[in-house]
Amino acid sequence: MSFALELDHITCEFASNSGGDAVYTAVKDATLQIRSGEFVSVVGPTGCGKSTLLNVAAGLLKPSLGEVRVFGTPLQGLNKRAGYMFQTEALLPWRTALENVLLGLEYRGVSKPEATSQAMDWLSKVGLSKFAHSYIHQLSGGMRKRVALAQTLVLNPDIILMDEPFSALDIQTRQLMENEVLEIWSRQRKAVLFITHDLDEAIAMSDRVIVLSAGPATHPIGEFEIGLARPRNVAEIRHDRDYTRLHEQIWEVLRDEVLKSYQQLSHPLSLEALSHE
Amino acid sequence: MSETVSSRAQPGADLQVANRPGRTVVSRRLWVWQLLLALLTIGVWSWAARDQQWAFFLGQPEAVLIRIVEWFMPVTVEPTAWLPSGIHGTGEIYVHLSVTLLETVLAFVIGTSLGLVAGLWLALSPLTSALLDPYIKALNSMPRVILAPIFGLWFGLGIWSKVALAVTLVFFVVFFNVYQGIREVSPVILANARMLGANASNLLKTVYLPSATSWVFSSLHSSVGLAFVGAVVGEYLGSARGVGYLILQAEGTFDVNTVFAGIVVLTVCALLLDSVVGRLERRLMRWQPQVR
Repeated sequence: MSFALELDHITCEFASNSGGDAVYTAVKDATLQIRSGEFVSVVGPTGCGKSTLLNVAAGLLKPSLGEVRVFGTPLQGLNKRAGYMFQTEALLPWRTALENVLLGLEYRGVSKPEATSQAMDWLSKVGLSKFAHSYIHQLSGGMRKRVALAQTLVLNPDIILMDEPFSALDIQTRQLMENEVLEIWSRQRKAVLFITHDLDEAIAMSDRVIVLSAGPATHPIGEFEIGLARPRNVAEIRHDRDYTRLHEQIWEVLRDEVLKSYQQLSHPLSLEALSHE
Repeated sequence: MSETVSSRAQPGADLQVANRPGRTVVSRRLWVWQLLLALLTIGVWSWAARDQQWAFFLGQPEAVLIRIVEWFMPVTVEPTAWLPSGIHGTGEIYVHLSVTLLETVLAFVIGTSLGLVAGLWLALSPLTSALLDPYIKALNSMPRVILAPIFGLWFGLGIWSKVALAVTLVFFVVFFNVYQGIREVSPVILANARMLGANASNLLKTVYLPSATSWVFSSLHSSVGLAFVGAVVGEYLGSARGVGYLILQAEGTFDVNTVFAGIVVLTVCALLLDSVVGRLERRLMRWQPQVR
């Protein structure tokens, strides 16, 4: 079995904020694999180093130990086959929605008319054709996420990395976006690594859910195949009996970690954990 | 789904429209009060200036007005009953004003460009910035007007010594703004651009420069004023042309009215320059949400 993305015994250490030679271990000996076309969610308590793992997968962060392999090839520098959708605002405010979507094509030297037509195509796929010439501040939070999605997908990446992309949205917009992402994903099955702290979101969307331990020294502590039938509607699937059973099983594992991470909030080390995220 | 999207867009649009009328009413009333305040000030001034001794120090608003008219109108009006002094129009202001404005614009353009380039360079090169840090601080805290004699020596009494002085004032404002602006570019925006495949020159063109431009604009209002200050102070310290020179000449003969006339002309020009910058800003910064 070939994997689209493999994180092989990854350890990430940072110089501690408290100075000296102290080392803070965000991620310790984490291994996870994603098959091509597979939708994998990673859940874990806040501040556990989920984003660190994703940054390692993107090549934005070099792990202290371990290796990242992309379709079997060890990763050097940035992961060029991956698209990354960030948790926070990453669009350029001085560009219109259209200009933001075609940014990656522009970097690749695609001709202006060609880039524009591809970008318009994606804008209409996310339902924003009418807003192509709006600046970012004129768009609502959900619309901005759609632009960011189009910006990532217009480059047709083989691997899609998503870092709690919808955590800032209200619940209705969020479910709408989740269904939309599933819809787009089902048309062209890409490997997706989806980071979230929301277990509902993780189960509703994924083929597989990986649970991370509380930080520091985060590592996977549980893995669950989600055999629910597709296509799914994230709002309706929550009433499915299998869904409820899976939710109970996974929560059983996750709950202790969440409690641990809350207890650490009163401990100075966890503040560092947050700043490294 | 597109319906959901358009309905989401509506509230924002309504809010903007709803904000506008209230603001206009306030500013219209405010305008009347502002005019009244100006008239009152000039009235008190005029009343005080009826005393000869006060007039010597304070000048007379009427005489200031006549001097401004004489500067701009190359016609002579004979003395009449209601205008005992008459108007001896010379039209001499144009040559002086154009010199001052030329110096201002040159200083503004050169200072802003240098500030932008230096800001970009130092912000993107931590080593250089660490090396130059104490010297930049020293240059910035130095009272730079004192450089005027040196610039006079280097560049002569023509326009370039004034341009040089004004450039030193403009440069630092723009430089610090750009430097700060570049260093505060969101790391997420940078990471996103890199993930989308940007190389170093892409980053400069699509992220750093546009980001710096917005910071340059926030400093332009103060730097256009400083360019003007530099030009006039430079003229005042030694020149043969310019509004600063006119003021210096008038001061030499205790002609307070002409000094005030010069001040009024300079103030109006500064306001005009500022509004040009404001207009340019609104055009180039359309992407920013309207704050005012």
